[in-house]
Amino acid sequence: MSERHFVPKTDVAYTKADFTSDQMVKWCPGCGDHAILSSLLNTFPKTHVKKENIVMVSGIGCSSRIPYYVDTYGFHSIHGRACAIATGVKLANPALSVWVNMGDGDSMAIGGNHLIHAIRRNQDLNITIFNNEIYGLTKGQYSPTTKFGQVTKTSPYGTIDYPFNPGELVMGAQGTFFARTLDCVPALTTEVMEHAAKHDGASVVEVLQNCMIFNDKTHAAITDRAVRDDRTIVLEHGKPMIFGKEKNKGLRFNGRQLEAVTIGENGITIDDIMVHDETTEDTGIHMMLAHMGGDLPVALGVIRNVKKTSYTQLYEDQMDEQMQNGKYKCVDDLLNSGDTWEV
Amino acid sequence: MSQDQIVNKDDLVIRFAGDSGDGMQLSGTLFSDASALTGNDIATFPDYPAEIRAPHNTVAGVSGYQVHVGSHIYSSGDKCDILVAMNPAAFKSQLKWAKKGATVIVDMDTFTEDALEKAGYKENPFTDELERAYTIVRAPITSFTAKIGEEQGADKKTTEKCRNMFALGMIFFLTNKTLEKTFAYLERKFAKKPDVVKLNKAVLSEGFEYAEKLELIHSKIVSVAKAEMPKGRYRNITGNVATAWGLLAASERSGRRLFLGSYPITPATDVMVELAKHKSLGARVFQAEDEIAGICSAIGASYAGALACTSTSGPGLSLKSEALGLAVMTELPLVVVDVQRGGPSTGLPTKTEQSDLAQALYGRNGEAPLIVVAASSSANCFYWAYTAAKLALEHMTPVILLTDGYLGNGSQLFRIPKVADLPEIKPRLAKPNDPNYRPFRRDPETFAREWALPGMEGLRHRVGGLEKCPDGPLSTDPENHQLMVNNRQEKVNRVANYIPDQEVMGAEDADLLVVGWGGTSGALTLAVEEMNAEGKKVAYTHFNYICPLPKNTGDILRRYKKIVVCELNNGQFAGYLRTQFPECPMTQYNKVMGLPFEVGELKEHFNSLLG
Repeated sequence: MSERHFVPKTDVAYTKADFTSDQMVKWCPGCGDHAILSSLLNTFPKTHVKKENIVMVSGIGCSSRIPYYVDTYGFHSIHGRACAIATGVKLANPALSVWVNMGDGDSMAIGGNHLIHAIRRNQDLNITIFNNEIYGLTKGQYSPTTKFGQVTKTSPYGTIDYPFNPGELVMGAQGTFFARTLDCVPALTTEVMEHAAKHDGASVVEVLQNCMIFNDKTHAAITDRAVRDDRTIVLEHGKPMIFGKEKNKGLRFNGRQLEAVTIGENGITIDDIMVHDETTEDTGIHMMLAHMGGDLPVALGVIRNVKKTSYTQLYEDQMDEQMQNGKYKCVDDLLNSGDTWEV
Repeated sequence: MSQDQIVNKDDLVIRFAGDSGDGMQLSGTLFSDASALTGNDIATFPDYPAEIRAPHNTVAGVSGYQVHVGSHIYSSGDKCDILVAMNPAAFKSQLKWAKKGATVIVDMDTFTEDALEKAGYKENPFTDELERAYTIVRAPITSFTAKIGEEQGADKKTTEKCRNMFALGMIFFLTNKTLEKTFAYLERKFAKKPDVVKLNKAVLSEGFEYAEKLELIHSKIVSVAKAEMPKGRYRNITGNVATAWGLLAASERSGRRLFLGSYPITPATDVMVELAKHKSLGARVFQAEDEIAGICSAIGASYAGALACTSTSGPGLSLKSEALGLAVMTELPLVVVDVQRGGPSTGLPTKTEQSDLAQALYGRNGEAPLIVVAASSSANCFYWAYTAAKLALEHMTPVILLTDGYLGNGSQLFRIPKVADLPEIKPRLAKPNDPNYRPFRRDPETFAREWALPGMEGLRHRVGGLEKCPDGPLSTDPENHQLMVNNRQEKVNRVANYIPDQEVMGAEDADLLVVGWGGTSGALTLAVEEMNAEGKKVAYTHFNYICPLPKNTGDILRRYKKIVVCELNNGQFAGYLRTQFPECPMTQYNKVMGLPFEVGELKEHFNSLLG
């Protein structure tokens, strides 16, 4: 099956300003969403897609206001349903570049079913999950990603819900693309979004985002400048998995699991460090990378980027085949097919 | 046979009944197809259990298929002239559907002690009283079929599946029909299995010959009158297929891609199954992960410019409620087909009812008006699906099309139209780069907004569930909300300017006006016709446009002193009419048994009203 591209490219050289809408941005000052919006606006010109062919679809929540702030076509829908609506947009017109923006509650609680099925089908959508581990717009209830035991308005004695790890969810649903980034590192966010846009199929970008008002510093343990380099690792395809302020730490697979090691200690050399391959079909290592945290650095960058024929292509191939070779050329043919008789 | 053995009749009702695996639906379909092809008018009523294969030989597992053939058929008929009962359970549960004096064919081989017990019989079911009331034909269906299977070296399972062909063969003889059409069908259906074709044909012929040799019923060969119908090309069609084809025709005529986002649900699944076959006609079918994704994908497709549809039944419509509100708010065209079934909750999935009307009219949060139309025959599901699509595309609003299990699964003759002869459909597309485009700018006549599609230059805009102002941006302004609520309502109200007047059958000074809507028109028409023929003065009006109602509805209702609103629910349409025409006293005739109306019960009730 030959690879097809359905979204036409344009020669128009857009800038960020071309995608900035005239609407006043109404997020709280200091909210991580501002940075994510900015990264997104920086990404669009790099995709070379005509403005008119971009559709932003969102659900409900703070992050879902984003379509108003982007000067493209947009659909601010209902809680949890963004993936389902976006699927319809793409199926009706595959020439559109469809972007889905959701929060953690929107995508993984009320909208969990639509998310996993969009991923499973490998529908060609660019999905961004703004993960602030809280329900912000309803003022501070725990979400499916809230840390276990956290006190929130609806868990005054601490949550007893085990949280989802979005990356594991994506891979469990046979996802073909998963990347993670931080709201406070906009350059990385733009970079992974560009990769996501290029990916044929469902791409999921998880942005660890800070909600200053209801869950401030929830990601601080890894995002604070003082610890960020040691608590995170930015994965790059084909490169050794190196991290740390001194760039002297790395990840090694010890036969059972991943472990963090220091180059130059205990005879460890750069050759012992794993090289990142985002393209391996097997989810094993990608799942381990997505799972990291605690003693291991949290993985950022493109963790998984696997080629698999997208739903869009499978659908259009079937449509084209039937349109060319199918039995009926018009509805009159169908109406008069089979047993009919004249009175 | 000689001509004097043949009795001529205007119509005949046959009911096939057996275990749900006995092939009764197929026997019924083959008989109705053959009848239609040989010039009869037909209506069918599949009456089957929710279980795919309930325990063998139990009453719970009985599957029935009623066929009404004749010259001018409105409904599938109240009671049958011929009942085929393939086992004691079928005999026990279905005999109530046989007319007194009916011919009842039973597979005598199945009346074993064990099967009788499973059916709940404690003693011999064939009492003297029963023998006097019916002509009971004890046919050795299983053993004769087994003998043929043995001769042809077929395995037991394959042979057992052919028993229905024996019964069908008997029916063909008794109704003075030949077997060619069914032979041709079998050859097509099992083209790759010549052994199966040979076996089925042999069993079918054996059944035919068995009936021919049977002295007892020789005198009862019935020749049913041919249909008197307008000239044209005809075919047999079920309501669900007609619905699917109506949507295809609307897509072709409007130039909008057809999109159907649906989730399987009885009895609506066949709409999706049918459309899934027609990619060559551009049907984009998406089997969604759930009912909500079904409608939401359709809303997305509508935003992107498709003639977007979703098909469902009662519980599915409940799940779609929130998204329907979104379609109302975004003012996007959308067709929602609700093939109603018995409710509430899971209710009676395979049985018919009209109890989703209130849900269709009111089942959303906020002031969320939309168009509701209802089909009234299996064949006219085609036109109502087409009309629903036309209204959605021209008035920029969701439309709910109500059909029901009876219409959806039942079949009828369908006069094949030419797509070019169907009414024109003009979607309200915006013009690219129109500097005056505003998302909620309205046509001054219809109040419909314009449809600007992603991909069109210069019309970028945002829609969504939050209230907007006419220019497009969000607004929580109190006056604006009032204005937008009023405008959305006015848009639906003004659809009344574009639909035909409601018609009335019968005299203006009739003593009683019968009111019906949706799938009950067959039985109601026949009941009213028969009463007028008997010298009573009864008028009848049947609604297909439910919301908004035709403009002359009040004039009609005010004309009659006595009104009875008949529907298969507890009075939802009657209540709806009362809120709009409180000056008109209305009585109700309701039935919520999962079954269609019978002509007999209707006449009895109407006569009691006439006193």
